[in-house]
Amino acid sequence: MDIFIQQLINGLTLGAVYAVVALGYTMVYGIIQLINFAHGEVVMIGAMVAFTVINALAGSGLPPLVVVLIGAGCAIPVCVLVGYTMERLAYRPLRRAPRLAPLITAIGVSIILQHLAMLVWSRNVLAFPQIIDIKLYTIAGAVITNVQVVIILTCIVIMAALAALVYRTRLGTAMRATAQNPQVAGLMGIDIDRVIAATFAIGAGLAAVAGVMVGTYYGIAQYTMGSILGLKAFTAAVLGGIGNVPGAMLGGVLMGVVEALGAGYIGSYTDLCKISGISDWLTQRCANDGHFVLFGSNYQDVFAFVVLILVLVFRPSGLLGERVGDRA
Amino acid sequence: MQHAKHLFTLLATVAAVGLSGCGEEKKPEAAKPQAEAPAARPTIEIKIGHVAPLTGSIAHLGKDNENGARLAIDQANEAEIEIGGKLAHFELLAEDDQADPKVGTTVAQKLVDAKVAGVDGHLNSGVTIPASAIYHQAGIPMITGSATNPQLTEQGFDNVFRVVGRDDQQGPAIANYLASAEKPKVVAVIDDSTAYGEGLANEVAKTLKAAGVKVLAREKGTDKQTDWKAVLTKIKGEKPDAVFYGGMDATGGPLIKQGRELGIKAVFSFGDGACTDKMHELAGDAAEGMLCSQAGIPPQAASKAFLEAYKAKFKVDPILYAPFTYDAANLMIQAMREADSAEPAKYLPFLHKISYKGATGTIEFDAKGDRKDAEITIFVMKNGKVEPAAVVKAGRTVPFDQFLKSMGGA
Repeated sequence: MDIFIQQLINGLTLGAVYAVVALGYTMVYGIIQLINFAHGEVVMIGAMVAFTVINALAGSGLPPLVVVLIGAGCAIPVCVLVGYTMERLAYRPLRRAPRLAPLITAIGVSIILQHLAMLVWSRNVLAFPQIIDIKLYTIAGAVITNVQVVIILTCIVIMAALAALVYRTRLGTAMRATAQNPQVAGLMGIDIDRVIAATFAIGAGLAAVAGVMVGTYYGIAQYTMGSILGLKAFTAAVLGGIGNVPGAMLGGVLMGVVEALGAGYIGSYTDLCKISGISDWLTQRCANDGHFVLFGSNYQDVFAFVVLILVLVFRPSGLLGERVGDRA
Repeated sequence: MQHAKHLFTLLATVAAVGLSGCGEEKKPEAAKPQAEAPAARPTIEIKIGHVAPLTGSIAHLGKDNENGARLAIDQANEAEIEIGGKLAHFELLAEDDQADPKVGTTVAQKLVDAKVAGVDGHLNSGVTIPASAIYHQAGIPMITGSATNPQLTEQGFDNVFRVVGRDDQQGPAIANYLASAEKPKVVAVIDDSTAYGEGLANEVAKTLKAAGVKVLAREKGTDKQTDWKAVLTKIKGEKPDAVFYGGMDATGGPLIKQGRELGIKAVFSFGDGACTDKMHELAGDAAEGMLCSQAGIPPQAASKAFLEAYKAKFKVDPILYAPFTYDAANLMIQAMREADSAEPAKYLPFLHKISYKGATGTIEFDAKGDRKDAEITIFVMKNGKVEPAAVVKAGRTVPFDQFLKSMGGA
């Protein structure tokens, strides 16, 4: 049981981060029906900027928390700038183009950002300075670290703040209006360009926070880290119903938990030696080794995508997604 | 030795004075003063190639390797060796392969065209393997001082030798050390699903089982994995006394860090891919006390004579594999002396049966061209640095300070 709780804690931490990144995908998609594949790279840039700042300040004697906050404080504006520039240069000129054009552009932007980061920060795996004094807390036999607690709490606060922004403020109302019908929203006096730019900027800011969290949690950053993280967060957004803000949160958390439990238990359940009686060959093989695992925990990444396929087959619009007619 | 050096300088001065004195004269007469010099003998020019990356991120290691070879060549020239009745003059052709297999083969061809008698190199396994085929075609002996991938000597090339241990000798060495030093009852073995990591993990698991240690079902990650918590949590439930990971430091660092965060108290052990100070950078204090292995011996364990000569010549200490490239060059020279010829075809058989006491101990080759009883060194992370703890040689484990003493007499 304590192992199960431990996997749940691992999954929740991971899921909280996915959720924050997924929000960026879902908000942009909700407004302009664009899957911004470069969003994962923005997370990476956030982690990289934070790395540079934290590395520079590590020896300054400031308290670790302050150093990390300054790191995040530098990463957010940089990422917001990247997000805004991306929208302004790569997507706005293509707003009236067929939907495939901005999608391909997004992939291009992702590659450009990745290689820019490689030029700036090198190909090497960068080690975050270990400044945070990690404390372990035990709950029902499972261990949770202070960093994990902070990550989960931060994500909850961010999600609550974003929900408040979308559902309680003028900007949020404008965003929702634009999402429903950009033309009509424009006729109502909403500056659509500004709303879209703001959406990109907010998404990028969230990505920056996620980048800092991932960086400090794992202690490493690399120029390729954004792609798989982005892909999983995108999957989480689709799982929850892309374009739906609470859906992205639910999808992210679910994704993290499924991944952790999957990786933790798949090996034991696909150990063919448990059914070694069915064939002589297998019995012999198991007598030698004792384990014959069909799918090991290296299938962790595959899990996420199996879940995605299942959801898309049985509920194409995602868990919380509304069944909408074709917008075009 | 010192005397010989003076003699050489004298000789050179005499020749130079003689030449400048008759600079205006015609050629046949110009040769005359040289013949008058006391120790002039017919000389034979022998070219030995050395290849390593001299540019790029591991240029410092390449230069270190080259220094080792250069020291051997210079010492051989000072010693005035006679080969085939002629005074041998060795020349080192030092080339840069940029740690790139494509450049490596180009450079190899260049050396073959320059008619080198032998090649000391290359540094990286990935470069050495394709280059070895070119030397094989040309029948030129090559000895690497640092390429540890087993595949190099599994190609059936009779001209290929290595003076360091192989990756597949490492697994048994670290496993034996782990079993005897830590006496674990249950060990979890994890790998990164690469040829290197899986191969190493297999060797470790096999050796541990043979030693009567219970090995848990293999856990796997990937070489890009950052999140190990699911795997580690599962392992934690089985309460292992030790964990072995076959993989590189970029994934091993997060692994040990997350392991400690989950409260796993087991001893973590790694192969050479994660046997670096970078582990401390990646994992912080969590890496303290980890075990790991590397092929060969650390440079400070090389013979005193070598260390002093190296320091005197280059004003720095050897970094990593310089003692091995030094031995590699010396092995070729020794084989040439025994064969009394610098012809690759003539001295190659002598390399196969050589027994030579070098800076890294006694060197003999097996049928494949691998060094017999190559050493594997076990390291322990202490205060953020991997420090040698023991040397495993021919299945015997010797504590490092004892090994140092045994080399001091060499």
